[in-house]
Amino acid sequence: MAVNDYSLIIIALLPFIGALIPGVMIRAGRNACAFFTAAPTALSLTMLLLLAPSVMDGQVITAELPWLPQIGLSAAFFLDGLGLMFATMILGVGLLITLYARFYLSGDNPMGQFYTFLLLFQGAMLGIVLSDNILLLLIFWELTSLSSFLLIGYWKHLPEGRQGARMALAVTGSGGLAMIAGMLILGDIVGSYNLTDILAAGETIQASDWYLPALILILIGAFTKSAQFPFHFWLPHAMAAPTPVSAYLHSATMVKAGVFLMARMWPALAGTEAWFYIVTTTGFVTMVLGALIALFKDDLKALLAYSTVSHLGLLTMLLGFGTPMAAVAAVFHTINHLTFKAALFMTAGIVDHEAHTRDIKRLGGLRTLMPVTFAIGMLAALSMAGIPLLNGFLSKEMMLEEASHTSWAGSHLAVPVLATLGALLSVAYSFRFIAHVFLGPVRDDYAHEPHDPSPGLWSAPALLVVLVVVIGIMPSVAEPVVRVAAGAVTGGILPEFHLKLWHGITPALFMSVIAVLGGAALLAAHRPLDRAWIALPRPEAKAMFDRMIGGAAGVAARITQLTHDGAMSRYLAIFVASATVLGYIAWSGGGLPAPTRAPLPVPPVVAVGWVLLLVATGSVVLMHRDRFRALIVIGVIGLTISVGFVYLSAPDLALTQISVETVTIMLLLLALHYMPKVSPIESSVGRRIRDGAIALAAGGGVGALAYMFLLRDIPTISDYHIANSYEGGGGTNVVNVILVDFRGYDTYGEIIVLGIAGLIIYAVMEALLSGPAARKLRNTDYSRDRSRDRHPLMMVIATRVMMPIAVLVGVYIFLRGHNEPGGGFVAGLVVSIALLMQYMASGFAWTQSRQQIEYHSMIGWGVVIASLTGAGAWLAGKPFLTSGYDYFHFPPIEEFELATAMLFDLGVFLTVLGAVMLMLYSLSRIARYAGETVNREPMDYDPSALVRFAREED
Amino acid sequence: MEFIVASSVGTLTAAGIYLILRLRAFSTILGLALLSYAVNVFLFASGRLAIDLPPILSPYGDASYTDPLPQALVLTAIVISFGMTAVLVMVALGAYLESDDDRIDLPQAPDEDDKTDGEAAQ
Repeated sequence: MAVNDYSLIIIALLPFIGALIPGVMIRAGRNACAFFTAAPTALSLTMLLLLAPSVMDGQVITAELPWLPQIGLSAAFFLDGLGLMFATMILGVGLLITLYARFYLSGDNPMGQFYTFLLLFQGAMLGIVLSDNILLLLIFWELTSLSSFLLIGYWKHLPEGRQGARMALAVTGSGGLAMIAGMLILGDIVGSYNLTDILAAGETIQASDWYLPALILILIGAFTKSAQFPFHFWLPHAMAAPTPVSAYLHSATMVKAGVFLMARMWPALAGTEAWFYIVTTTGFVTMVLGALIALFKDDLKALLAYSTVSHLGLLTMLLGFGTPMAAVAAVFHTINHLTFKAALFMTAGIVDHEAHTRDIKRLGGLRTLMPVTFAIGMLAALSMAGIPLLNGFLSKEMMLEEASHTSWAGSHLAVPVLATLGALLSVAYSFRFIAHVFLGPVRDDYAHEPHDPSPGLWSAPALLVVLVVVIGIMPSVAEPVVRVAAGAVTGGILPEFHLKLWHGITPALFMSVIAVLGGAALLAAHRPLDRAWIALPRPEAKAMFDRMIGGAAGVAARITQLTHDGAMSRYLAIFVASATVLGYIAWSGGGLPAPTRAPLPVPPVVAVGWVLLLVATGSVVLMHRDRFRALIVIGVIGLTISVGFVYLSAPDLALTQISVETVTIMLLLLALHYMPKVSPIESSVGRRIRDGAIALAAGGGVGALAYMFLLRDIPTISDYHIANSYEGGGGTNVVNVILVDFRGYDTYGEIIVLGIAGLIIYAVMEALLSGPAARKLRNTDYSRDRSRDRHPLMMVIATRVMMPIAVLVGVYIFLRGHNEPGGGFVAGLVVSIALLMQYMASGFAWTQSRQQIEYHSMIGWGVVIASLTGAGAWLAGKPFLTSGYDYFHFPPIEEFELATAMLFDLGVFLTVLGAVMLMLYSLSRIARYAGETVNREPMDYDPSALVRFAREED
Repeated sequence: MEFIVASSVGTLTAAGIYLILRLRAFSTILGLALLSYAVNVFLFASGRLAIDLPPILSPYGDASYTDPLPQALVLTAIVISFGMTAVLVMVALGAYLESDDDRIDLPQAPDEDDKTDGEAAQ
């Protein structure tokens, strides 16, 4: 039965929202920071527990918000027994870790950052266990990889921390990629990405041909996350993280995500032979191998890390069995492992914190020095060993019981024997944890005199140990949770079971006894065994991993060197040549319909213009080394094209082209002043022939393409614009109406780009003038390039006279733009040319000191005015940039039109003017560094001025 | 007329491409300027050619007009290509002033940094 409750979405999002808080609250002190980290977690947990009673009654709570329904992605969450159990674990342990970390981290660690990472991670984990959509689940899955990377690498100054974090990210991240593929296949088989649908379609999935690839890919994801052999090696290296992170990631969360996923997918994937052999075998090997390595680790956290690997193997194995009872055992052991392992990690952290070492060989005898820690650590370790009256015993019994009647590849002995071996090794390392750290004589060479820490540090593990004991003595308290969670795993079919302490004399009991006795014996013989282990050659996973990564990086570097050798002209040649070839292939593949348009006649004057254009273009190519001349000829080409636009019914384009042309050439001339005036001959004849061939092929292709489509008609959407220009946009110049109305948003983006270009140029100039370039400019002699008559009388006078006329033309072009050729773009360019003429005539500094406008703010105002005009449409309840217009009539003047589009065009005008002027301003600033003198008079020789000034100028 | 426009576009493209394949920044800038002429005219021509039919609505009954949409697109394209040329010029100028060289290709000698990186990765 599904119940809709949107509080579920809030529960899932609270940690993410809360992640914003610690960074701010850290200013209020570490306690406040910890408190405000705990608050969202506690709130989330409370809301979760409010939902718990209905889940325990067997209801499933769902909440869904559509996100991208086109690809089957929705923010769908659901809460069933399994989700409830995991979510409670994640949030509950999260709270304890918050408390523990407050006292564990010293003052010089950035605590706000830590809590932010912690909450991000917590949110990602919570998202995994609550997702009802596998695509959403994948997103959260990747988020755990990323946020755990931040947590593991939290101590950025430690190389181990950084390497461990990288390794964890590489392994779990690539597993995640495999899982994405697997999940997509799964979704494709079922036809839905909804988890509920997928879980109900187990038979369809298992009958599909794609079952095995999907299974393997998904399992790779789960195995990497849960550190299963052969991906187990990242987990011990992740121990470089601060202990609170290890306690959280490696007991309750990160590594359990893989187990959770296998449990979640159990109804859909489990029960087949492939599942049994892959999952069980992997679990097996991991369990035994992890336990064996753990026994010989001297670092407390490494010991616990490998024991975690081993217990994860155990859980995997149980899920691999595929029987409902094994699932019950797995669920129960998940809870138990969480309680004792989190407590053990925290204990290890306390020992490290107090004794300043985690090396078992340098510890021992802490029993009397740290009695509280000893009690906590001992109970937790005994539970890990599976000693009666503690919760670890119960689930281990259940595991052994299940193992005792499982056969593997026809052998009835393999599973029970190996399970017992795993249990035996587990007992051995648990005992070692107690014996070599706490028991034995008190030493006199501790790195630091150990004693029990403040309750702030030990209260969190103490609480967990209380749970260990309570569940251990009264397993019935955990029974409802296990029942509802296991029910969710198996999809409802559960055998009759009761969690109890005494099951009678069963094979499992014998196996348990063997394990405990054997483990104790192994510990007694630890010293010689340890020596033998150290002498034994063992494969070093980290070295292998590093070699692999190094190899991959080497291959990548070689490919990069091969293809990206820094020769820009080579890239361009390859790009153009392949584009031409692709174009040719596309053309040769399709047919060509017959021409539908008759060619227009060519009057003689056009033919003359054409010849002019061809000759000018040829000249640019032939004399491009002589840079000044080439630039002037380029100007000729631009002007010819403007004339062409006029002839071909595009007056707006002609106006724009001609004004842009002027500004561009001025800009290039200014820049050329500081650059070499000739290009040397560098490329060989062969290379020039090659480039020429490429250029001719590409140019010929483009020309042929243009010719082909010019003779044929295509359907166009332009009729709509012509029909609605006057009615909808209030203007008769359709091009301008398109710019400010139909496609106003494009223009809006475009002026912003232009403004940014202006600012970039300004910024580059600023950077240049504060670097070595400034020194070079000062020390280069540019005087040879300068005219002796820099500010001629005629030019000064002429520009002064033209200034008001040019501005008037600009205003006129602007005002009529909506109905006749013109508009903001052209007007901005015309006015900027009017200003530029003044700069050219009397020098930059002289002119600049006589005007008050800041070009930066002009760009800003332009964009602001355009934005406000656009937003004004909202007030009228219309979409952004919808324009309004009306006609006004004041008696002396003719009737005229005012449109909001004009205000928008004003924004365009200001931005264009500001950007162009800022660009020129930037280049001129460079001139000042290059030794340009500032003239005090507007012109070099001013006959009307006093002779005294004239002399000084000379 | 169509042939005139198409051949002009082709010529400008060929010249532009030849120039961007040269080795100096200034030639490349000239080449890009030619290429932007070519592209602008090409885009404009995609509205097909028309003489004496500007897209300015006539108040006197039904008249035919040339396609206004490519014109609007090309108008902004001209302005933007000016902005981009300006940025490029500034970057080229900066590169020349800082490195005393306006070549666009990196020197082909093996880079010291790459070597040490490669060794560290081994």
